Formats: sequence, C-alpha cells, structure tokens
Amino acid sequence: MYRVTLPTLGFFEAWRDAARRLLTHAVPPDQVEWGRGEDTSLFPADPLPEADGLHAATTTKEFLSLAKTALCHTGTEAPTLLYQALHRHQTNRRALANPADPIARKLSVLQKAVRRDIHKMHAFVRFRELPSEGQRRSFGAWFEPDHLILETGTPFFAKRFADMDWMIATPQGVARFEDGTHTFHPPAARPDLPEDAAEALWGTYFANIFNPARLHLQAMRSEMPLKYWKNLPETDLIPGMLADAEARVEKMRAAMPTEVPTHAERILSRLPQPSVPDLPNTMEEARAAAMHCKRCGLCEAATQTVWGRGHAQAKLMIVGEQPGDAEDLAGKPFVGPAGQLLTDLMDEAEVVDSWMTNAVKHFKFRPTGKRRMHQNPNRHEIDHCRWWLDLERRFVKPTLTVALGGSAAYALTGNDAPLKPRRGKIETAHDGGAVLVTWHPSYILRLDGPAAATARAELLDDLAAAADVIRADLSRPPTASSHV
Amino acid sequence: MRKSLSDKLAILADAAKYDASCASSGTTRRDSRNGGIGSAGGSGICHAYTPDGRCISLLKILMTNFCIYDCAYCINRVSSGVERARFTPEEVVTLTLEFYRRNYIEGLFLSSGIIKSPDDTMADITRIARMLREDHGFKGYIHLKTIPEASQELIDEAGRYADRLSVNIELPKDDSTRTLAPQKRPETIRAAMASVRLKQQASKERSHTGKRAPKFAPAGQSTQMIVGADGSNDKAILTTSSRLYTGYKLRRVYYSAFSPIPDSSAMLPLIKPPLVREHRLYQADWLLRFYGFDVDEITDVAPSGNLDLDIDPKLAWALAHRGQFPVDVNRAGRDVLLRVPGFGTKTVNRILTARRSGALRYADLLRIGARMGMAKSFVTTPDWSPGGLTDSADLRARFAPAPEQLSLF
Repeated sequence: MYRVTLPTLGFFEAWRDAARRLLTHAVPPDQVEWGRGEDTSLFPADPLPEADGLHAATTTKEFLSLAKTALCHTGTEAPTLLYQALHRHQTNRRALANPADPIARKLSVLQKAVRRDIHKMHAFVRFRELPSEGQRRSFGAWFEPDHLILETGTPFFAKRFADMDWMIATPQGVARFEDGTHTFHPPAARPDLPEDAAEALWGTYFANIFNPARLHLQAMRSEMPLKYWKNLPETDLIPGMLADAEARVEKMRAAMPTEVPTHAERILSRLPQPSVPDLPNTMEEARAAAMHCKRCGLCEAATQTVWGRGHAQAKLMIVGEQPGDAEDLAGKPFVGPAGQLLTDLMDEAEVVDSWMTNAVKHFKFRPTGKRRMHQNPNRHEIDHCRWWLDLERRFVKPTLTVALGGSAAYALTGNDAPLKPRRGKIETAHDGGAVLVTWHPSYILRLDGPAAATARAELLDDLAAAADVIRADLSRPPTASSHV
Repeated sequence: MRKSLSDKLAILADAAKYDASCASSGTTRRDSRNGGIGSAGGSGICHAYTPDGRCISLLKILMTNFCIYDCAYCINRVSSGVERARFTPEEVVTLTLEFYRRNYIEGLFLSSGIIKSPDDTMADITRIARMLREDHGFKGYIHLKTIPEASQELIDEAGRYADRLSVNIELPKDDSTRTLAPQKRPETIRAAMASVRLKQQASKERSHTGKRAPKFAPAGQSTQMIVGADGSNDKAILTTSSRLYTGYKLRRVYYSAFSPIPDSSAMLPLIKPPLVREHRLYQADWLLRFYGFDVDEITDVAPSGNLDLDIDPKLAWALAHRGQFPVDVNRAGRDVLLRVPGFGTKTVNRILTARRSGALRYADLLRIGARMGMAKSFVTTPDWSPGGLTDSADLRARFAPAPEQLSLF
C-alpha cells in the first residue's frame, strides 16, 4: 500500500509527479491512498518508488486540464478518481470521452463544483484600497472559497488588474501581486482592511438599481448563496431593501399620475414635427414623406422605405420589383446581388443616366431560421405603392421606362399577363409613357447554364435598345411632347 | 442646491433599473498585461444579485434622466414629475474605474435620456466611452445605448469603443410605438439596427490587402421589448423578435415585464408585472434561437396566440404533438432530440457523444443530466418504454401546477 499526501499549495504538480511514478510501476488504484495536508493516517505505508519504472505512462492534454481543475476539490475523492481514470486510460483510451461513463461523470461533477467556485471568486472578491507609497495603487481582499482554488482562480486578477498591487487572502493561503509578480504564500490571519469610500457609493448603487415591484428572492439566493454574504459589503443592505419594497410598490401604485410639469409642453412644442404635405412638390419632399408610409402592412416588418436613386432628371427610368434583404438594410435600391448584375449589364449596354427605383418600396419576407426569405408582393401591395411610383414619374418625366419583371410591368401598365411574349416590346404606361418590358435580373440569377446565358443576353439587348432610344431622343431638338 | 455624487448615483441608477439587459459576455479577449486596466472576453461575470433576482454585471446608469421625449411607459418622459439629475462625463468615468478596481463590476452600461438633441446626447455618450478607452486604457466591457435618430458618424464612433450597442424597440407593434412614444419612429429604430448590422458585417471583412477592418461592437447588438404595456399577444412579440434576429443578427432580445412606474402616465395600466409571462417568453426565445423552432410552431399551440403560463413552451408543444413521440434516444437525430421536453442543448450534445460508446440506457440518461421526470414520457431506451404514458389524458396535469381552488363567493 502506498500513501501520497498532497500539499495545500502546488498540489497539482505533486499529484502529477506521484501519479506518473506510480503508473510507471503499474501500481493499481486500490494500492494507493491519497491524502491532503498533514498525514494523519494511523498505519504506515510503503515509500513511493525512487525512480520511474518500466511501464509507459500516457495521458491527454484534456485529461490534464480536467485534473488541474478537479484536484482543487477539497477532500480526497478527486485524486483517487483521477488516478483510477488515468490507470484505466493506459488500456482503454475511450472511456473518459463518454459522458455516460461513471468515473467521467463523477469527475465532471467535481470539476463543475470547482469551476463554479472559481467563477464565484471572480465575482465576489471585493477589494478595498490600502495605503500605498509607490506609484502603484494597492488593494486587498479577504475571500473564503469552498475549494482549493487560490492558485487556479487568481491568475484572472493578475490579467485584469495588472496596473495595481493587490492581495487576496483566503483561509488556504494568500495570493499577492506586486510590481507585476504573482506569488502565493501560506495562510495568515484575516487582514484588517481599512474603510473605503467607494464602498458607500457601491451600496447606493446596489440599493437603487433594483426594482421593488418584481421581487424574486429565490433567484437571488441561488446565484448569490448565503455562505458568501458575510464578506460582501452590499448584502447588509438587503434586509432593509426587502422591508421597504412592499411600501415602495404601494406608493408607486397609489401615486396618481401627477400634474405634468409646465416646461413639458414648451419642450415638446419645440421638437421638430414631421409634416407630411398632401401632395409633395419635389422629389426630396416625396422621399421624406415616403419614409413614413404605412399604406400597406409591409412597413411593419421591413426596415425602411427604399426610395429610388440616380439622376432625378434622367430620360431613362428603371423600375424593379421591390427591395431585397440587402436593399432593405442599406436603404438603397439595387445594392444586392441582382442589383450588382443589373449595374454590370447597364455598364455593358452603355446606359449613362437613369433613375432606378422599385414598384414596391418595402421589403416583403418571411423569417426562416437565420435568413429572411423574399416573398413576391401581391397586387394589393403593388397598387398601394403605385402612388409613390407615380409621384417619382411625375418628377423624373422619363422618355422611356424599363420594367424589370412582372411586378414592375404590372405596376406601370396594369397588365399582369405572362412576361415571355411581352419581353423586348414597348407598352404604354398608365400615364401614357413608353415602357420597355424585360426580365428582372434576379430571374437570371435563379436560372442555370444556357437558359441563364440566353436571359442575360436578352436583358442586355433590351438595356442597349433602351440606351439607343435615349440617345436618339437626346439628339433630337427638345419638343413639348418629347416625354409623354 | 447642488446634488452630491451619491445623490446623482441614486437617481440615475434608479432611472436605469427598468432596462433588462445586463450581460457582459461574448466580446473579444482583452486584458491589461500590455497596459491599461481591465479584461474582457469569455462568459460574463455577475458580481452581485439584487432582491429582484437580477444580476449586477455592469454599472448600469443613465447619463441623465432629463429627456425631451414623452414616451408613456418611461419614467423619464418629459411630462413626468420625477427628480432629475445629470452626471458629468468625468463623474461617469471615475465611478466606472473606481468600481471596476474594487471588482464590483465588469464594465459600464450607459444609457441616457435625450437632452437637447439626439446628436448632442449621442456625442456625450460616445465621449464617455472614448475617455475610458483612450485616456484610461480601460479594457473592460462597455455597452452603449444608441440613440436611433443620431447621425451615422456618431454611431460609427460609438461602435469603435463599445463592446455592444443596443437600440430598444420597446414595443412589439409599430402602432403601439406611435401611440405610446409619439416622438419615436419605429422605422428609424429599425434603420439604426440595420446600420449597426451592416457596419459589423463590414468590420469582419478583410480589405483587398488582407487587412482587417477595425473592430465594431464585437459583442453585437441587442434590444429590449416591454411586455404588458400594450395589448400585443405573445405571437406578436415573438414574431417581432424573430424578425429582429433574422434581419439584424441581434445577440439578444430582452423582454421586460412592464412594471408600474411611479408618477406613471394615465395611458398605462398600474399592474403587477407579468413575471411568469416574461419568463415564458424567454423560454420561447431560446427555442427560436437554439432549438430550431419557428414562431408559429410555438404560438399555434393555443388559439389565443399566448404562451401557456403553467407549463413551458416546449412541453406545451410536445403535448400538442404527441404523435411525434416517443422518440428512440439511441436513433433520433439532433433536431428530434432537441424537441424532447427535459433535454437541453447540453444534454443532447452529451447523448450524441455517448452514443459513440454504445447504446444509452435509462440510468445513463440520468447520469448525463437529462431531466428524466419530464423526458421519460417522451422517449424510449432499450430498458424503458413509456407505454401509454405518452398518450395518457392526465399527462399535462403531471407537470402543471395544481389548479387553485376558486372561491364560490
């Protein structure tokens, strides 16, 4: 029988060295007794072998990290279980990776308890400022953890409070951080920490940030267990806060809405009131008014109204269906993949100036998982939005309008017949203007192979034809009827 | 008389207590070994808990509770008679740093009433964050409330200093916002969220030289919705949430049960906050984000469009879809296991890992940490079959709290 007694500080290294030595001699777990602190056993034990034996001892990085945490658990269960697991690992490499394995489960319970304790240390250590002579400010704290976490738990503070000196005293030992050096010392008496003015302010904050109308004491106690309360300065305030809570809520309830302060009216009247003219007189006015449009239900889900862009005096107007995901976020039309394709084709077709807009100015979609799936606007939505399209047309006065896809063609002409026979032909808009009907670029993006190439070529042809019409129109002397 | 720092802190902490957000997690790793003070990254730390059961992770305060807006649900609205105060930027910085050094907090959550103009207010908020980051090398967590009407440049600057930005949607329906918060515009709020999302997306892309853009609000954005101030049902609330998640990639939507505010507006109910409803909404929100549920699946269980207050939404769904149960723990896929009441995401991950080492039995599930009291009616293992339990008439009654005896008089 061997006995290994682990020290209070540096126990991980001590356990690892002993476990390695024992494994190389293939010592089975039931031949080892693990203890902590003072050796209090009544019976004598065999001395540990002086040198490594013949057997190989292997482990994994994950296991060492598990061991490092689990060993902080007080008591001797952790070193015993860890040695059992390590011994078994030499012949069975998979057991520990199975969450349903009994040893793995027990170790993970121990590890969880330690992790929680470390987390609570990071949360509940309260520093008080100590008098300091040098450049660096100095702080001290007293903390009583459940487990042996001084060495594992304090490097966090060294990273966080690198520009100050501090010490955390616990019943297990003391961690000090001075001039950038982190050291551990044996336990000392609980230090006398001076009053700190910040503590009163902290109490003020703690007492006022809570809402007395929604007490939930069980949630408070489960996350901030009573055992920590004695070292937390703010917990002294809790009884008083509780005692007052009901009265405060009653007061809230009883207080009838008071009279409105006299200045309120004055301040509110000074705020700019968005005024929406019945009939906007300029493109800018129309754009501003459209931003608050609620003519159909689409505004509730969409981000914003996507108004047209381009040259407001252009001879060519391009009308798409409606903004997509990218357009909705950016607030600009034709910035997504279909818009990119359209822009490329317009460059190829040498379209110079145009006003680009959509038949419907809000994005229509269905949220599915992590994406917003585009949905086609219905006739009702297109009809409602035509009010804005007509306004845009009144200001731009295009010679020719290109309708991209069925929705745009319907919005402009009122004709919702299939697109295929109409593509490349010129129709007449509601207002009498000329409308060239063609594919929507997103239709091309949905096609594959030769079909996509054909549709692309057709859209390009149509855009080039539109550019020709505009050029021809520009070279003619202006007449009153040039833009009907 | 001039107010002391302590008086201001009392007023401006009290004014901030209605904001449900408190998280300080999910940002980039930073620490003070290369100078400055503070660290961040990994999971957030809750430094204290108040009797309302909520944690204190951040110094959550308002820069000022003066406000030129008149939102009926807000204690700080211009027409409220509440006592007003205003911190100087230096005071906010000092409080944050001194509280941080004593390990009371993880950082700052700064919000504000709107004074003068949205731009002026946003500029002050941003200035405080800049002082903390640049003058004091503060590496802790900063959450800034974004004023939706503020200019893009100010929001861009805020995103460079802050870990998280948030804009509160406050009410689930546009009509409610227009009625209760007449100076706010729902479309402006959404546009602000969209611009934060686009900016974040851009910050993750590398330029053609391979250089990374500067970080922008690495902990993402969040929002808050008040529950119970208007008549919206849970379906409306969750539908809005799912639009916000998919549209703007929010990290969180916080639900805040509307609580009576002192000096409250006559437009609102003086009710006890619907805390159970808030809790059920959080559970449903989790199902949306981590369990692959659709809003309609969760809310179509009851015709009212409201969640069952007695049992959790996943159990309610399972009870309404018993035909899909029991499921074989050793064969079912992840998506199916995630729908078993009593199995959380961690349990499901453990089941999938453990299955590589052989078939799981009932005791294995217990060891793994599954809540078998609930799950046993919905699963089979080689040594367990629920028999008629899955379809039994009283299954709901096993989980729901006992009905309360109503008084006859």
